[in-house]
Amino acid sequence: MIRFTVNGERLETNVSPDTPLLWFLRDNLSLTGTKFGCGIALCGACTVHVDGEAVRACATPVSSLNGKRVTTIEEIGKTPVGKSVQAAWIAEDVVQCGYCQSGQIMSATALLAKIKTPSDSDIDAAMSGNICRCGTYNRVRAAIKTASVANVAPVGKPKATAKVKA
Amino acid sequence: MISKKSEAHDSNSSNIDGGQINRREFLKTSAATTGGLIIGFNFVAGNKIASAQDAPKPNTSPNAFLRIARDGAVTVQVKHLEFGQGVMTSLPMLVAEELGCDWTKVRAELAPASPLYANTLFGMQATGGSSSVVNSWEQMRMVGATARMMLVSAASNKWKVDAGKCRVENGVVIGPAGQRANFGDLADAANKLPVPTKIVLKEAKDFKLIGKPTKRLDSASKGNGSAKFGLDVTAKQVPNLHIALVKRSPVFGGKVKSFNADKVNGIPGVTHVVQTANGVAVVAKSFWAAKTGRDALTVEWNFDGVAKPNTAEMRTAYLETAKKPGLVAKAGNVESLKTAAKTVTAEFEMPYLAHAPMEPLNCTVSVTGESCEIWAGTQFQTVDQGAAAQVLGFKPEQVKINTMLAGGGFGRRANPVSDYFREAVDIAKQAKVPVKTIWTREDDIRGGFYRPMMAHRVVAGLDSAGKISAWDHTVVGQSIMAGTPFEPMMVKGGVDNTSVEGVVDTPYDIPNMQTTLHTIKGTVPVLWWRSVGHTHTAFAMESMMDDLAKAAGQDPVQFRRAYLAKQPRMLNVLNTVAEKANWGATLPKGRALGVAVHESFGSICGQVAEVSVEGGKIKVHRVVAVIDCGLAVNPLTIAAQVEGAIAFGLTAARYGKVTFKDGQVEQSNFHDYPILRLNEMPKVEVHIIPGGASPTGVGEPGTPPIAPAVANAVFALTGKRLRSLPFNEDELKA
Repeated sequence: MIRFTVNGERLETNVSPDTPLLWFLRDNLSLTGTKFGCGIALCGACTVHVDGEAVRACATPVSSLNGKRVTTIEEIGKTPVGKSVQAAWIAEDVVQCGYCQSGQIMSATALLAKIKTPSDSDIDAAMSGNICRCGTYNRVRAAIKTASVANVAPVGKPKATAKVKA
Repeated sequence: MISKKSEAHDSNSSNIDGGQINRREFLKTSAATTGGLIIGFNFVAGNKIASAQDAPKPNTSPNAFLRIARDGAVTVQVKHLEFGQGVMTSLPMLVAEELGCDWTKVRAELAPASPLYANTLFGMQATGGSSSVVNSWEQMRMVGATARMMLVSAASNKWKVDAGKCRVENGVVIGPAGQRANFGDLADAANKLPVPTKIVLKEAKDFKLIGKPTKRLDSASKGNGSAKFGLDVTAKQVPNLHIALVKRSPVFGGKVKSFNADKVNGIPGVTHVVQTANGVAVVAKSFWAAKTGRDALTVEWNFDGVAKPNTAEMRTAYLETAKKPGLVAKAGNVESLKTAAKTVTAEFEMPYLAHAPMEPLNCTVSVTGESCEIWAGTQFQTVDQGAAAQVLGFKPEQVKINTMLAGGGFGRRANPVSDYFREAVDIAKQAKVPVKTIWTREDDIRGGFYRPMMAHRVVAGLDSAGKISAWDHTVVGQSIMAGTPFEPMMVKGGVDNTSVEGVVDTPYDIPNMQTTLHTIKGTVPVLWWRSVGHTHTAFAMESMMDDLAKAAGQDPVQFRRAYLAKQPRMLNVLNTVAEKANWGATLPKGRALGVAVHESFGSICGQVAEVSVEGGKIKVHRVVAVIDCGLAVNPLTIAAQVEGAIAFGLTAARYGKVTFKDGQVEQSNFHDYPILRLNEMPKVEVHIIPGGASPTGVGEPGTPPIAPAVANAVFALTGKRLRSLPFNEDELKA
């Protein structure tokens, strides 16, 4: 038995221990927001958080998760940073096909949870593992900056919006 | 995809803008292929379903295009696949503009397969050729206008006033004495009224929504994981859903000789092993069991009589072939090349390219008795419906296709031979359980249906004044259309227009221009790929124009202008992009600009790329793009599409290639088929030319200019001319 939590819910499972977390989420829990793109940790579409760190679920066997805390795109909006990232994604009209965006948002949220106002090179380092075939990269960058401004804005005052040109 | 839409579009639109439209004409253009009682929209108000005509017939398509609920919610059925291009926003905008509803109450749904949802330019349900907004422009506004008139009639009847004295604002009909009624409250009454025969559409000057940057309606669901793509169909929707993975022949055309599933059958979760047309499928209760099973499967292949292509040999053969004239695609007298003051000879090579959409191909099929239900993100519902029916021995109407969101497509999900549909249906039929067939990334990269490998050879001459005197252009490559059901329509006199589009119809006024084509019969399956023939023709044309400018000792922008005197749209785009990019200004040391401009899908896109080269690596710092796409419906989406098209074209220019050794594809996943990443994305500015009577294509025209713009910038910087795609950057090492 492997025991861990997914989105705050404790669970235990006897699936084959080499089952990647990605397919456990999708096939066993019907949590389909986490996407399959490459299967070998090259594209970032399957990014989730394990104990707050961005990891590629396609290359994370469930056997490695004993006692760990998994958060997926379905739940990330319940954290203040995740919520501001999702709002920034809408404000900057980031998505196109949208398939990679769960992973983009999970990577961006992990970045902003660590670095409140990331520089361009911080964004390059954190986000270059997430492929977007539609080419939304400049809007991803703009949305991260918008979210970072929202995160550091003092409470009680209107939040400023960063205008960042593509 | 299918070319020459712009002409059809232009003739369609010229008689409707702002004018009156006869209902009968509307039926003729929009529903010609559908037959029966279809009026372009029906109402469903509350629980009551009725045709909007006087004498309702049994209603098989209750949600045709528009539904206005009693609570005022406006639901638009979007007949096209949403795969990033923004149709779930732009098509509802067209409806809402004429309907006059409250935009915040508008929802979009993807329509299922039905003749009702035919692309008005193609006569079948299809998304491609950058035609979604173009073909819907009249139809969707008519839907909105018709509904508005019926709602106004309902209100005027209620108030016993002249309908002409009522107006509509934000989902409310307002009467002459200030009476107010919400659309939702009028829906039932409107539903009982006859459909008006004369519809007046707004004039462009009165547009409130069209032309306004409008945020996408699908952002929230795509940002919180709730949006449902084809791959996201689960056993919750389709009970007893199984997953299949297929081991396919590693060489195109190979067949299964025998297979051994001894090690597969004991794997927990594996339920079936079935042979398909070109492989063996492992069916299981989960992806991981199916994958484990497929890994344990051994297949012996029969390659008798099967060609085993090698890219190195093909390149040599293509370039040799290009030295001889092919079948004439565009006639011209090139005799004067012999006496030209200068000639420039250039050979261009472009490889096979995989589409590599982020969501790998998949198709979910459930067959029960006399019916079949399918869930898939498809660009080609009509074709796929027919193919599925054929596999099952059904009629098309026995096959229901639920159109799901697609994680990209770029042409791969519009396959005239429906490869992934046929295979998935066959597996479900044999396994006798509902099955979702999933392609892994390796399956996708190695699965064929590529942008064809091409070679171009151009010999062009300049006279003593530096003017082009003749241009002899030879194109070599496989035909996309040959062997498909579209061949009779798309291949004329042996010339597949998709092989030569962008050359034979170049807007440049080039004298004595001849284009010939060698169509190679190959075994590698080929297909349209975002911007189709323009992916390679623009590279050859715009690289060549740059070379000739250099040979003539002229500035590349100035040189091009001389051939665009009769092309005001193209000239305007060229001049605008030069101005916006500050063409001619002094740049920092180590930087240079390159320009390219190309017409495709009825639109013109010009781009100026600013590059540097360090250690033999190209860095694209900035791209200024200008697009003339006619009347701009949603500038926000248009800018996004151009940005994305540049990323797509830059990926191909720098990295994209599928190559063969002994018949097998050498690439497999994103490590050897790389995609441009965030840290490599240039800054992009998009400028949209205002005006235009009606929209032209948007999704594809941004892709063709980027490769030549970058190559031309590299040439300006280094003097080295890159004529192969992807760029061989080793040539740039000092």
